[in-house]
Amino acid sequence: MSKIINNVVCPICGCLCDDLEVTVKNNEIVKMKNGCAVCEAKMVHGYKSEERILKPMIRKNGKLEPVSMDEAVKKAAQILTDAKYPLLFGWSSTVNEAQRIGVELAEELGSALDNCCSVCHGPSVMATQEVGIPAATLGQIRHRADLIVYWACNPWTSHPRHVERYTAFTDGRFEGSEWKSYMNKMKASASRKKMDIASKRIEREEAQINPQVEVNGPPPQTLQKPGRKMIVVDVRKTMSAEAADYFMQIEPNRDYDVIEALRCIVQDQELDVEKVGGVPVEYLREVADAMMKCEFGVIYFGLGMTQSLGRFRNIEVAIALARDLNRKTKFIISPMRGHFNVTGANQVFAWQTGYPYAIDFSQGYPQFNPGENTAVDLLKREDNDATLVISADPGAHFPSVVMKNMMKHPLITINPDMNAISRLGDVVFPTQWCGIEYVGTAYRMDSVPITLKKVVEAPPGVLTDEELLSKILAEVREIKKKRGLPVGLTEQKIVHTEPIEPPRVCPAPVTKPKPKKVVKKKKEAA
Amino acid sequence: MTEILIKNGFVVDPLNKINCEKMDIAIKNGKVVAKVNEKNAQVIDAAGLTVMAGGVDIHSHVAGAEVNMGRMIRPEDHYKDPVRKTALTRCGTGYSIPSTFVTGYRYSEMGYTSVFNGSVAALKAKHAHEELNDIPLMDKATYILTGDWWFVLENLAKGDVDECARLVAWLMRATKGYAIKIVNPGGLESWGFGRNVHSIDDPVPNFGITPREIMRGLIKVNKKLNMPHTIHLHTNNLGVPGNYQTTLDTMKAFEDLSTDGKPVAHITHIQFASFKGENWGKFKSGAEEIAKYMNAHNHMTLDMGQVTFSDTTTMTADGPFEFSLYELGGHNKWVNSDVETESSGGIIPFHYKKNSPVNALQWSIGLEIALLIKDPWKIFMTTDHPNGGPFYDYPKVLAWLYSKKAREATLKKCHKSAKKKSLLPSIDRELSLYEIAIMTRAGTAKALGLPDKGHLGVGADADVAIFNINPETLDISQKFRTARKAFANAAYTIKDGTIVVKDGQVVNSQIPGRTFWVDAETKDPCKIDDEMKRKFRDYWTIEFENYPVTDHYVKVSDRLERKASV
Ligand code: SF4
Ligand SMILES: [Zn+2]
Repeated sequence: MSKIINNVVCPICGCLCDDLEVTVKNNEIVKMKNGCAVCEAKMVHGYKSEERILKPMIRKNGKLEPVSMDEAVKKAAQILTDAKYPLLFGWSSTVNEAQRIGVELAEELGSALDNCCSVCHGPSVMATQEVGIPAATLGQIRHRADLIVYWACNPWTSHPRHVERYTAFTDGRFEGSEWKSYMNKMKASASRKKMDIASKRIEREEAQINPQVEVNGPPPQTLQKPGRKMIVVDVRKTMSAEAADYFMQIEPNRDYDVIEALRCIVQDQELDVEKVGGVPVEYLREVADAMMKCEFGVIYFGLGMTQSLGRFRNIEVAIALARDLNRKTKFIISPMRGHFNVTGANQVFAWQTGYPYAIDFSQGYPQFNPGENTAVDLLKREDNDATLVISADPGAHFPSVVMKNMMKHPLITINPDMNAISRLGDVVFPTQWCGIEYVGTAYRMDSVPITLKKVVEAPPGVLTDEELLSKILAEVREIKKKRGLPVGLTEQKIVHTEPIEPPRVCPAPVTKPKPKKVVKKKKEAA
Repeated sequence: MTEILIKNGFVVDPLNKINCEKMDIAIKNGKVVAKVNEKNAQVIDAAGLTVMAGGVDIHSHVAGAEVNMGRMIRPEDHYKDPVRKTALTRCGTGYSIPSTFVTGYRYSEMGYTSVFNGSVAALKAKHAHEELNDIPLMDKATYILTGDWWFVLENLAKGDVDECARLVAWLMRATKGYAIKIVNPGGLESWGFGRNVHSIDDPVPNFGITPREIMRGLIKVNKKLNMPHTIHLHTNNLGVPGNYQTTLDTMKAFEDLSTDGKPVAHITHIQFASFKGENWGKFKSGAEEIAKYMNAHNHMTLDMGQVTFSDTTTMTADGPFEFSLYELGGHNKWVNSDVETESSGGIIPFHYKKNSPVNALQWSIGLEIALLIKDPWKIFMTTDHPNGGPFYDYPKVLAWLYSKKAREATLKKCHKSAKKKSLLPSIDRELSLYEIAIMTRAGTAKALGLPDKGHLGVGADADVAIFNINPETLDISQKFRTARKAFANAAYTIKDGTIVVKDGQVVNSQIPGRTFWVDAETKDPCKIDDEMKRKFRDYWTIEFENYPVTDHYVKVSDRLERKASV
C-alpha cells in the first residue's frame, strides 16, 4: 500500500520548498516529486542510509559501544554538569521546538550557546546590527522584482530552486518569468559554443596566436530595458553565472571596493580610476544604472561575501548600497541562508535571550559577544571543557586546531546519522530526522515560519531532538539538586489539544455592561 | 484550585460602578465568586490597599517577526538591562524590547494580566504565536494585518463585502487572530514599489481602491462577523506633520457606520496621528481638534501611544513611515521588512529627548489628548510599546495623567519651544483612580469585547491587581512619586486565581495564560475550491495547506465563537 502526501516541506536548504509530493510505501519514502536533486537525494535515499545511528553509544576504552537510552542520558548529563563551562553548538538543522529546550539547557548549565550562523552568516547578522537591513519575503521578489542580483553565491547548486521558485524564473503578479528568454539565450549560446569550438579549431589549425579572451565583457543593452533581468557577481563563473543576463566577474576579496564604487556612482560621485576589483568603471556605471532604473531590485548575497576579506564590513556596505538605492527606487537585500533552520535558531535564541547567537550564560544572564563567545573562537582559546553538538557537523567544517581542542574534552553528539562529528563523540545519540520523521517548525531564509511534516515513522526507540534534550535537561536538574544546587523550574508541558475547556460562547458585547453585584460583605470604613 | 479572599481593600471597579469602596473579593477556581469559606481560603489582608482588576493592554508589540527583528538588531539595548535567572524565573534581557519571559514578568509586576499584540502579518502568524507561548503570566491575543491583504483589496474593490467577510473570517481562524488590524491602508501595498498613499482618497496603485473604501469596507466586514473588537486602525500619514487633518477625515468617514451609538473603530497610538503644522519646523499640536471631535462623537475609541523620553525602538508595519523617519536623518539602523501579498514593515531605534522640540511636543500631545477627551471610556493608556517608550514606563504615564505636579516637573525640563507650544499648563485635570482603572483595564476590556475581563464582578476572571495606595490617606496628585512606585510594583498580582506577584516580585511563573482567538461562524464558509488554492499558490510562496496556524502553535487556546450575519 502506498500513499501520497502533499505539500511536504523539504528540510534541507533555506528555501524550505513546501510543495513536495511524497509517496510512502511500507513506511519508506519511495518517490518524491517537485523537489530538486539535492532534496531527492536526501528524502528518497539519504535519510535511510546505512550510516543511520539507531542506538545511543558511549565510548568505552576508545570504542563506541551501544548502551541504553537511560545510561546515555545520565552520562551526557553528568558530563555537562561536571564541566565548568560547556559549549552547546549546532542547531541549524533542527526545529524551533528543540532549540527552545536548548536555550533552557544552556541557561541551566551556565554554558555557552552558539549556532552554525557563527561560521556562515554571522557577519550578516553583525552587519544588520550595525546598519539594519531593507529586506522582504521571497514572494515580494517573485511578484515585483525586475532586477535580481546574486552576489558571491551560487544558488544553482546551493539553493537549487531559489531562482525557479522565488526570483528570475517565476511568474509574479507584476513581473513575468525570465525563463523563456533564458532558454533562447541558452540555445543561442549553445550554437555560439559550437561556432566557437569550430572557429578555435580553425584558428588552431591555422596556428594563429590566440587573442586574449575578455572574460568579463560589457553589460548587455537589455540590462537597461524593462522586464526581468538577472545579474551574477562572483569571483568565478558558476552555473548561476551561466544563467544570468550579465555576469560580472570580480577579483577575489574585492567585494567591498566594487560595492563602494557602485555606491559612489549611485550617489553621483566621480571615480577617478579605470577599474575597480578588475571591472572597468564604465561597466560598473551601467550596472549601477540598471540598479537605479529598475522598478524593484534585490541583491542576494552568499558566503563568498561573508567569509572573504572584509567579512561583515562587506555586508554593511552592501546594505548601505541597497539603502541608498531606496532613494531612487525600491531595493531589497537579503542573505542566502544555508541550512533549513539556521534562521529559526537565530529567531528562537533572540526571543528567549535577546541575542541571535554567540551567547554566554556563565553569569546567570545572557551575554553576547561574537568573536569571543562564538564556537570557533571559544574552542581556539580552549575555554570550554565539554561540548554538545546537535544537528550540525563541525567535524567537517571547523579548522583542525579547533577540532583538536574540542577533542581534548568530552564530546556529546546528537545527529541522525554517523557524520564526521558523531564518529568523534564520547556520547553519541541517535535522533529522528525532523521534517521526515517528526513535526516541527522551521524558518525560511526570509523568516517565514513553516511547519515541517512527518511522513514516515522513526525507527523504534529513536527520540526526537526535543524529547532527547528534555530528558538531558531533566537529568541535569536531578544531578544539580542532589548536589544541593538551585535549579530552574521545569516548564509545564501542555498538550496541544484544542479546546482545553469546552469552547466558550462569548456573547456579543452589550452597549453598557450590566453592573453585577460584586461582593456581599461591605465594610464600613474603619 | 486554591481559594483566595482579598479582605478590606479599596475596590476600584468602574464596570460595576464601584469607586474606592471597602469590600472583599472572593476567588475560587480562577473566577471571582460571591464568597468563599474563609477558613480554607488564602487570605490577603488588603486593608489600606487599592484593588483593581488585572490590567488589560490594548496595544503593545510584544511578539512576532517585527518585534524579534528589533531584538536581534539591538544588542546595545540589551547590554544595559540584563535579567538574571532565579529559581523561579528564566533569564533574559530588556530594555526597549525585552525577551519574551521578561516581558511576561514585567507586565505582571505592574499588575497587568492581559496583553493584545499590536500587529502581525498573517504569513508570519506562527512566529507570533510561538513567542506569545513564551510570555508567561499573561493572557494574550494578536491582531492580524488585514487592510492590505490582496483578497481584501480585490473583494472590496469589486464591492463584494460579504465574500470579503467570509475570507476575513477564514483569515482570523487560520491565523488564530483576534481582530482586524489596518495599518496605513493602501500604503503598505503601495510601498511594495516604494510608493505611498497620502490621503484617504488617494488611489492604491494596481488595485483600483482607496484607503477610505478599504477602511469602510472592513468596518462593514467587522460588523457582519460580529467581531468582539472593532477594527484596529493605524491611520494614513502617520508621523507626518499636518496629519491631524487626515485623522479627522478618517473619523468623519466612519460617522454614518455607527448605527447604534457603539464604536466602530479604534484608532491606535493617536499621538502619532495628531500633528499640526505644514512641516517639522512649524510642528504644532493637533490635540485640541482631535479631542473636540472625540468629545462630540461616540463612534470611535483611541489609545494614546504616549512618548516617555527613553531610548527605545520604533517598529511598525508602516514601512513607508519608517523609511521617512530614516530619511529625517540621525539614524544608523533602518530595517525594512515587506511581507508578500499582505504587508510591509520597518524598524528604527529612536531616542526621544526632552531637549528636542519635536519629541517634547509629542510627549505633550499624547497627554493633551488624554486629558482633553472628557470621557475616559474613549481613550486608553498605551505607549504603543515600544514605539513611544517601553511598557514599563506606564507608571510614569499614569503619574502625568493623575498629577499636574508630575507634568510640570517634566515640562520644566523640556525644550523651550515645546514648553511654549504645549497646552498642558492650561489643563488642570487630574485623573482619579477610578478614571485610571477605566483607561487601563475596564475601558480596554470593554472595547475588546471581553466580558470576563477588566472588572471584579462575580463570574469575572480572577485577574486582580492590588496596589499599595491608600486612597484615604495618599493624595496621589501630590505624592505622585509614591503612587508611581506603587503602580510599578504591584503589592499583589493574581492571575487566574493564583498569586503570581507579591511586593513587585514574581513568586510564581508557571501560569502560562491563554491565547484568545476569534472563530466567526459564517452561514456559508468562504469558497476554498481549487480555483482559490491556485490563486493562493500564485499570491504566496507557500502552499494553501501550510498557511494556517495549527493548534500546535497555541499553548492554551481560548476560542471565542461568534455568529456572523453572512
Ligand atoms: S531548493 Fe532547497 S528546500 Fe527546495 S527542494 Fe531543493 S534542497 Fe529542498
Ligand atoms: Zn503599534
